[in-house]
Amino acid sequence: MINWGAIRAIYIHEMTRFFRTVWQSIASPVLSTVLYFVVFGAAIGGRIQAVEGIPYGAFIVPGLMMLTVLQQSVSNASFGIYFPKFSGTIYEYLVAPAGWIEVTTGFVGAAASKAILIALIILLTSFFFVGVHIAHPLWMLAFLFLTAFAFSLLGFIIGLWAKNFEQLQIVPMMVITPLVFLGGAFYSASMLPPFWEAVAKMNPVLYLISGFRWAFFGIADVPVGLSLIAVGLMIVICLAAIAWIFRTGWRLRE
Amino acid sequence: MSAIIEVDHLSKQYPRGPKALNDVSLSIDEGEIVAMLGPNGAGKTTLISIICGLVVPTGGTVRVGGHDIRDDWRAARKLIGLVPQEITLEPFETVLNTVRFTRGLYGAPPDDAYLERVLRSLSLWDKRNAATRELSGGMKRRVLIAKALSHNPKVLFLDEPTAGVDVALRREMWQVVDQLRRDGVTIILTTHYLEEAEEMADRIGVINRGNLLLMKPTAELMGEFGKKHLTISLYEPLAACPPELAERGITLSADGLRLGYDYDTRSDRTGIANLLADLARLGIQVRDVATKQSSLEEVFMALVADKPEDAA
Repeated sequence: MINWGAIRAIYIHEMTRFFRTVWQSIASPVLSTVLYFVVFGAAIGGRIQAVEGIPYGAFIVPGLMMLTVLQQSVSNASFGIYFPKFSGTIYEYLVAPAGWIEVTTGFVGAAASKAILIALIILLTSFFFVGVHIAHPLWMLAFLFLTAFAFSLLGFIIGLWAKNFEQLQIVPMMVITPLVFLGGAFYSASMLPPFWEAVAKMNPVLYLISGFRWAFFGIADVPVGLSLIAVGLMIVICLAAIAWIFRTGWRLRE
Repeated sequence: MSAIIEVDHLSKQYPRGPKALNDVSLSIDEGEIVAMLGPNGAGKTTLISIICGLVVPTGGTVRVGGHDIRDDWRAARKLIGLVPQEITLEPFETVLNTVRFTRGLYGAPPDDAYLERVLRSLSLWDKRNAATRELSGGMKRRVLIAKALSHNPKVLFLDEPTAGVDVALRREMWQVVDQLRRDGVTIILTTHYLEEAEEMADRIGVINRGNLLLMKPTAELMGEFGKKHLTISLYEPLAACPPELAERGITLSADGLRLGYDYDTRSDRTGIANLLADLARLGIQVRDVATKQSSLEEVFMALVADKPEDAA
């Protein structure tokens, strides 16, 4: 039987930590996104021609939101579970009558909530700089939720794996950010030469950004069904990895 | 009283290292206070960690309140509270919130009235809104106890509760344990301070190199292994111990002012009356008489020394 109280306790605990430093948590990603809008939207965007009929400033909104969601999901979830390991309070989670489902749901739910909240604030911010019309709002929310959930799961695994703060930073910095930039956050894959377009399509993040952009503008680099399969596959793989970690106690129990 | 913890042939072999626990079996009744004694690396923390779910055993079974810790782990863990050896608290969390959080982890419904009682009993109520990083070491230790008690467990594990704390704080911790005893909580504690076990425990288990050497009521253990030392202070120094006294194993101090005599408390005849009579007959004037019970530390050392084959 699921211990709902444990999920609630972990979720509230994590969200309380977020709101304790709410201005730092929100101000930093919002500020950097505003800078993207100013530079790529207002300054350079005017000199770049429309992409598939969409002004460049508006075109990059889904990509910027995805960039934020991916970074925030991974960093929130990885830090969330790593901090108890670092401070030693992880024992509390391991001796409580709460299994991997409760612990993961609490931490990942909170990390995804924070990422979605910040992404929505960025969307609101974008309205001040560019005109954005959302073609499929419900699909946009669905992609936002699924992507935040999938990358929070990935962040959770990173936090479980990490033995120090350096390891905690290295995956988001060396893997996630390059994948987002090369995944079409600021361009359409169709703008690339055929060879590089084929290479770009091996990047899983391209499928997420493409699906998300479709929800905004009705255009996509890859079929929307493939985007959904990609995010679904990632969720399944991450859940299986987490279940294995908790079952074997790898880096958790002796 | 019924057994609340049943450990049966429990073993733990770490991948790289000696056997941490070797076929340990024991049973602890509800309401008992049991102290597990042993040197560093004896297996005390491994035993507690297995029962609490932090370490996976390689053999044997453990039942808490009749629930197997592997097959019925949720029910078993609900009955347990753990106070770890290290002080591990989230520094920015307030006392009340951290205790509430632990209660939530155990799936217990919010009950601030109960938590207030727990915090008051541990003299923490006035600090309920303080961040844990602002507290003294003793208060942090009490917060850990409050967290462990937050879901009203039937069994409380205290892993080295007074390790590294000063004497006053140790006494304070003993009072807390005494209060918990009165509340009917079963307590299993590990300690290096053997005086602590003697002071608090109903039964004492001695563990060394993964083997449980014995488990006996404290008084019985002291009776079996305890010896008393009688010190007789004299008015006038003696040049040498009189042969009549030396024959009985009596020793004289270097300054000639004290006679020492070891005797067994279980003996029907300790020989003290005859000794005092002999002193009077020899004209030796006694200034003072004092006795000292051998400490549990001495008992422990004797036990370990007596059982080298178990320790291998």
